[in-house]
Amino acid sequence: MKLTGAQIIIETLIEQGCTTAFGYPGGAVLNIYDELYNNSDRIEHIITAHEQGAAHAADGYARATGKVGVVIATSGPGATNLVTGIATAQLDSVPLVAITGNVSTDLIGRDSFQEVDIMGITIPITKHNYFVKSVDELADTIREAFTIAKSGRPGPVLIDVPKDVQLALCEYNPQPVTTPYPMELAADYNIQAAAEIIGEARRPYIYCGGGVVIGEASKEVIALSEKIDAPVGCSMMGLSAIPRAHKNSLGMQGMHGTFAASRAMAEADVIVALGVRFSDRATGNKKKFASGARIIHIDIEPAELGKNIPAYLGIIADVKDAVARLTAAVKEKKNTEWRAKVEEFKARDVNPNFDPNDMRPFQIIDCVNKYTDIDTVIATDVGQHQMWTAQRYGFSTPRTFITSGGLGTMGYGMGAAIGSAVGTGKRTVLFTGDGSFGMNLNELATAVSFGVPVIVVIMNNGVLGMVRQWQSIFYQKHYSNTTLGRKTNFKMLAEAFGADGYECFTMEEFDTAFKTAYEKGMPAVIDCHIDMDEMVLPMTPPGGTVDQMIVKKKDINL
Amino acid sequence: MKQFVISIRVSNKFGVLSRVASMFSRRGFNIDSLTVSATETEGISRMTITATGDEYAKKQIILQLNRLHEVLAIIEMPYENSLIRELLLIKIKNSSERHQEIMDAVNIFKASIIDYAPDSFCIEVTGETSKLDTFISVVSPCGIIEMCRTGAVALTRGSQSLKDMDMGYLNVYKKY
Repeated sequence: MKLTGAQIIIETLIEQGCTTAFGYPGGAVLNIYDELYNNSDRIEHIITAHEQGAAHAADGYARATGKVGVVIATSGPGATNLVTGIATAQLDSVPLVAITGNVSTDLIGRDSFQEVDIMGITIPITKHNYFVKSVDELADTIREAFTIAKSGRPGPVLIDVPKDVQLALCEYNPQPVTTPYPMELAADYNIQAAAEIIGEARRPYIYCGGGVVIGEASKEVIALSEKIDAPVGCSMMGLSAIPRAHKNSLGMQGMHGTFAASRAMAEADVIVALGVRFSDRATGNKKKFASGARIIHIDIEPAELGKNIPAYLGIIADVKDAVARLTAAVKEKKNTEWRAKVEEFKARDVNPNFDPNDMRPFQIIDCVNKYTDIDTVIATDVGQHQMWTAQRYGFSTPRTFITSGGLGTMGYGMGAAIGSAVGTGKRTVLFTGDGSFGMNLNELATAVSFGVPVIVVIMNNGVLGMVRQWQSIFYQKHYSNTTLGRKTNFKMLAEAFGADGYECFTMEEFDTAFKTAYEKGMPAVIDCHIDMDEMVLPMTPPGGTVDQMIVKKKDINL
Repeated sequence: MKQFVISIRVSNKFGVLSRVASMFSRRGFNIDSLTVSATETEGISRMTITATGDEYAKKQIILQLNRLHEVLAIIEMPYENSLIRELLLIKIKNSSERHQEIMDAVNIFKASIIDYAPDSFCIEVTGETSKLDTFISVVSPCGIIEMCRTGAVALTRGSQSLKDMDMGYLNVYKKY
């Protein structure tokens, strides 16, 4: 049966399992949108307020569900507006297929209206991308894009389709959903070698990253940690893999990690690093990083082994399979002395003066935690509120923490929260700051139009808190352009968008507001006023070591 | 810091050169030379890349190239066991005092004169990088008008071919 390129795009998306696409129409994708109109019973389309929001929504959808997210945008500015969203997905290994229209092939290269070389622009920020020159290759290109996006270490793939290719006719034959390329499995001798190193360890430590969430290896990693009696610290991307309440969990490690996780990693003699890339935010000073430890690094991406930190033993493997076999190969052990020491470290993270009635970040997060369900997705923007959430929230289910780790994209949260709520069909809570929220708050309109249950909790300190913190510590309190002094009334703003708005100055008010908003399950904004000099602590200075960690404000005379 | 030669087989798709070049610039690696050519297989091109760096840079270059979907096979050309050639075209001033000196150099280096005018020569020389460098230094006193040289092209000795390595021959370089 002969179909147009636009029909083939929709048929192939449906064929590959896509049920929801996010996007924004425009001149170069009119034909695709015409087919979305004709097929609205088979594929849902969510129109956002801005293409960036659509890209983040597709990303949030993919992170929350594990499926490939799909975003559609027109040529020129539509395509360039996707760029931040695509880069965000690339840095956090999120499977995404972005489809952009472009001007007709006879107009390509002539600086035509709304023409941009989006393939060239996105080469460094995609796993792969395509410019489709002929309708004959369109269906297979989309299939290959899905395969690449979800294979091995996932990532975003962009397909640029000129308008005449969308119009051209071609034979279409449906195909089954493509299977990912086979995963590399660890060689037995590598598993044996790893088991021997772990067997000799007296102070083992497991460093769990985003690869464990993506590779669905949480159970395996927990089983390993129990068998070898090792504490587990997570990179921010790996946080949802290990239930925070598990006795072996030390929470997040790195620049703003817990004292316990950072100290335990520094003193470990064997570090089992799973699905991590040793980002500078997680390691601090690379030269002095865990210098006394032998590192076993397991990752699916060969280029990650030895890229940032040399591994004593590097294994390219599917982390789920490798950890399961490693757990079977190691002998059960107890490290009583080590665990006692780790318990001492953990005690340092407890604040004896904690008062749940103070209107402060941890108290707000605890209150949210009290009402949310075990599988409620928590999204964040980027900044202090993100770190507080990572430090404090009691994650217990994989894929419930949606945050921009690698790129650190302020403005990520609104789109991502919408995408995750659409994907899971459940309420998503977004923690954001007044700075981040200001970047893409237009997406409130999307949440309201589609009745997407996103509850936005703004930690409003009136300043760009994370930058202010650095200015406080490293720039002699020169608060350059971080004291916003805006007069925005977020409660009224929410109401203007058609959402519920709340403003809170006390924990009592917040408790009531959040309970009401969460139970109602409709788009809501809760504006929480907190002090502008709240800090994210502990903090290891950039490029520093665990010995330079700032644990309390008084450590730095602030 | 050492110079090394990497050969890769790539699908000859739209933009593949950009992807390879972009990887180098984005990650801060320098390319000394790069040549792209057709191969014995239609739709497949071969790139020969000369770069300078330490062991870390070399390994990362290979592994990052391996991430590119259109890269089918990668090999670091073994220094002792490779045939590496470059081509030099060089235009030199002709004069009666220097004439014999230039002719001697052409003979010794097995070069050939491809253009002759009363006031200039154009000479073609093929060989390894070091041979071309030496030739240039020998004739430079005569006055170089202009020159250009290709990057290296390289094959391994013996019957082995890069084609045998398509989609990852060495475990560590396997795709995905």
